[in-house]
Amino acid sequence: MTSSLKERLNYDKTFDCVQCGYCLPACPTYETMEKETHSPRGRINLVKMVAEGKASVEDLKEPIEKCLGCMACTTVCPTNVQYGEIFEGAKRVIDEERPRGLVEDFLFQSFFPSSKWMNTLGNATWIYQKSGLQKVSQRFGLTRRAPLQIDKFEAALPTMPGPKKRRARADRYVRKRPAAAKIGFFKGCVMDSVFFETNQNTVELLLRSGAEVVFPEAQTCCGALHAHTGKVDQSVELAKRNIEAFEEEGFDYIVNNAGGCGARLVEYEHLFEEGTEWPERAERFVDRVRDISEVLVELDGLVFEKELERTVTYQPSCHLRNVQKVTSEPLDLIRRIPGVELRELERPEFCCGSAGVYNIVNYEDAMDILDVKMQDVCGTGASGVVTSNPGCHLQMKLGVEREGLAMDAVHLVDLLMEADPRPKW
Amino acid sequence: MEKWLEELQSLLPEGRVLTSLADRHSYSFDASFGEHLPDAVVQVKEKQEVADVLKLANRYKVPVHPRGSGTCLSGGPLPVHGGIVLDMSQFPAIIDLSPRDLTVKVTPSVLTGNINKAAEEHGLMYAPDPSSAHVATIGGNLAENSGGPRGLKYGVTKDHVLGLEVVTPEGEIIKTGGQTIKNVTGIDLTKLIVGSEGTLGVIVGATLKLMPKPPAVQTIMVAFDEVRKAGEAISQTLTSGILPAKMEFMDQACIVAVENFQPVGLPVDAAAVIIIELDGHPETLRVERGLVEEIMEEMGAKEIIIPKSDEEAAKLWHARKQVSPAIAKIKPTKVSEDATVPRSKIPDFMDRLELIKEKYGLEVVAFGHAGDGNLHPNILCDKRNVEEMKLVEKAVEDMFQAALDLGGTLSGEHGIGTMKAPFMELELGAVGLDMMKRIKDSWDPNGILNPGKVFPEKGQKLVLHHD
Repeated sequence: MTSSLKERLNYDKTFDCVQCGYCLPACPTYETMEKETHSPRGRINLVKMVAEGKASVEDLKEPIEKCLGCMACTTVCPTNVQYGEIFEGAKRVIDEERPRGLVEDFLFQSFFPSSKWMNTLGNATWIYQKSGLQKVSQRFGLTRRAPLQIDKFEAALPTMPGPKKRRARADRYVRKRPAAAKIGFFKGCVMDSVFFETNQNTVELLLRSGAEVVFPEAQTCCGALHAHTGKVDQSVELAKRNIEAFEEEGFDYIVNNAGGCGARLVEYEHLFEEGTEWPERAERFVDRVRDISEVLVELDGLVFEKELERTVTYQPSCHLRNVQKVTSEPLDLIRRIPGVELRELERPEFCCGSAGVYNIVNYEDAMDILDVKMQDVCGTGASGVVTSNPGCHLQMKLGVEREGLAMDAVHLVDLLMEADPRPKW
Repeated sequence: MEKWLEELQSLLPEGRVLTSLADRHSYSFDASFGEHLPDAVVQVKEKQEVADVLKLANRYKVPVHPRGSGTCLSGGPLPVHGGIVLDMSQFPAIIDLSPRDLTVKVTPSVLTGNINKAAEEHGLMYAPDPSSAHVATIGGNLAENSGGPRGLKYGVTKDHVLGLEVVTPEGEIIKTGGQTIKNVTGIDLTKLIVGSEGTLGVIVGATLKLMPKPPAVQTIMVAFDEVRKAGEAISQTLTSGILPAKMEFMDQACIVAVENFQPVGLPVDAAAVIIIELDGHPETLRVERGLVEEIMEEMGAKEIIIPKSDEEAAKLWHARKQVSPAIAKIKPTKVSEDATVPRSKIPDFMDRLELIKEKYGLEVVAFGHAGDGNLHPNILCDKRNVEEMKLVEKAVEDMFQAALDLGGTLSGEHGIGTMKAPFMELELGAVGLDMMKRIKDSWDPNGILNPGKVFPEKGQKLVLHHD
């Protein structure tokens, strides 16, 4: 061990918490689990107790693992406690003390960071859906026997494009006329496999807005899932590879369409210690990271031709809202679509319970949180939920299904494409 | 397992008696100082459960410490003698409004801010507005007799309580007061229990008084180049027939801290500012605003700022709210006091604070509800620095002495709890304190309800440092 437990747990940062409790009303797990142990203030205190040797890492495990990492607490904290860093430090310490399985190693070291595997996942899903296997498995209840409640989610998956279509995608879209902006597209793992069409639509919106789009080949997983599960070192390695990949061409913006990935990308600055060239390289990278909604609003190059007779509500991705601080742009874009009526949620800041892999690992807890969210969603009377992150998207679909509603979840980008966007000039 | 704990578990539904180390640590603190590990946390959801727990506690002589959201600034819910933390926050939250009576019945877990929100829907208001109202429970507010900026015009929590439902320390359920504005039937137990800091009973329900919501508000900010002038201007306003809803004070250190933290354009060269809120009918406000401006000019104000819009006014109040977090950037530990003096003595109190600051070489800043004499002197320090914390203990003692010398009191709205208990005799005298203690002893013969609060234990001193 190179550093002490106190250092690894960011002990000094816990002193920024004055235990005022202002985070309690913002915390979804405090609301659904009904105890201080599952509140930000409680968790920070426990980290401090473990650092001081008054409790063990084992005592810390459950409260930390049940944290969604939605960061809603950081938006209401009067003393600006760096909860994200305290949380990640705790995850790391817990992860270090845990025996590891082969499957997990494979998932985090090879599976998510590899576009080959991600394409395979997309293709496998396509075969599964096209071949009728999905229907067969569903009919015989095979999916219900899968571990970790996977069955609940597979029904919510979108229809996959075939392998041909995947292969056919270009990685460079240039313009003859001067481009409004040169964009490096961060495609994401799950977005590019399971939500391939949404990625295609994103590129299309950027092109119609007058931008050039490039997929840098060397890009890899953003590392969010690694960081959320305490694998900080791996997450740093992935960050380096992405920083390098997007340095090669002089991009104006590095654009992504997944709130969770974007949140990781903007945190790259905090991953490196002073004294190397990395903090500066990371800063240059972070300065250019944008969510798709921000760039579309800034370029302002689209008019929407088709009227959509729909009433929708918007469920912001926590990582888009609380970490990237992007709040008004998605709403602004939705309002530009003719015919669409936007009815906002009463508590948009409340997490939907997806939270990376939280809804797979802590299924029951995630459903309690989803139930609170769905009450709010139903209250709006909307017929569609607009999302901005793949995890939230699947979770909202699941929520709609659980409530037996005639409602649909749609990624913001897909909704915009539906409205027939045309270049303004 | 100890026998009482076993019996406690059989008394309540599963999952409501928490004994894991993680859970116990999570109820070992509040927003003040100190950390005390309870043996168990009990989450009650019905008044009968509260009664059952207290009966059991009496049989086994186990201490019980009621707790709301744990936002207390004086150590009220700390389980200083171990035993049970009685978590009242998970009680079903019910707000039952009677707009025609201008009253509301609430359960203890209701967040105070939600009472005002519900009242506003009927053009009414619940006046007490502690800055933690969106987090704190009304049960905790009643127990601690919380205040807030509007206390200047509307008083503190005790001025808005008509009746209570209380579980006595021996586990009997009683009602005090009622729901009428006038009620002089017998000794006023309601007022006795409000502010008793959980030492005389556990509040399980309350009937509160509502008031018509003032139709309009007007904010005015005034800057001064001398602290004394600001203090005198406050007295002058209040003796000129005007009673603002709020009169908040910030000294220069606070102004600078806020501007460094989240700039809003406060005058950093001013020695002090006062932010005033007038409330009432728009016509009245127009007249009163003119009067306040006249008074402030006469008193030598450096600058008078009238916000042009509601947003601008909100910005000024936001700046006032930012004082607490902003000064925490000066040094990580904030020892916040709320010693209160007669309003005319504010300038003298400010002078005494300056002397204390110089004597100990500590960072002392002052802000707060100056209009009612309830200033919040804050010492900024670092609790990891033992030597510094020992100086802070001495400085706090001097502050209390200064407030008392000027005819003031130890606490305007935060309560005594653990932190101010050692100074009680200083303010009340031995006999005064003993009369209070006799009440406590007759209500709670076994001394099981929230021991270690309000009343000093033998030789108890203010301790803020850990060796």
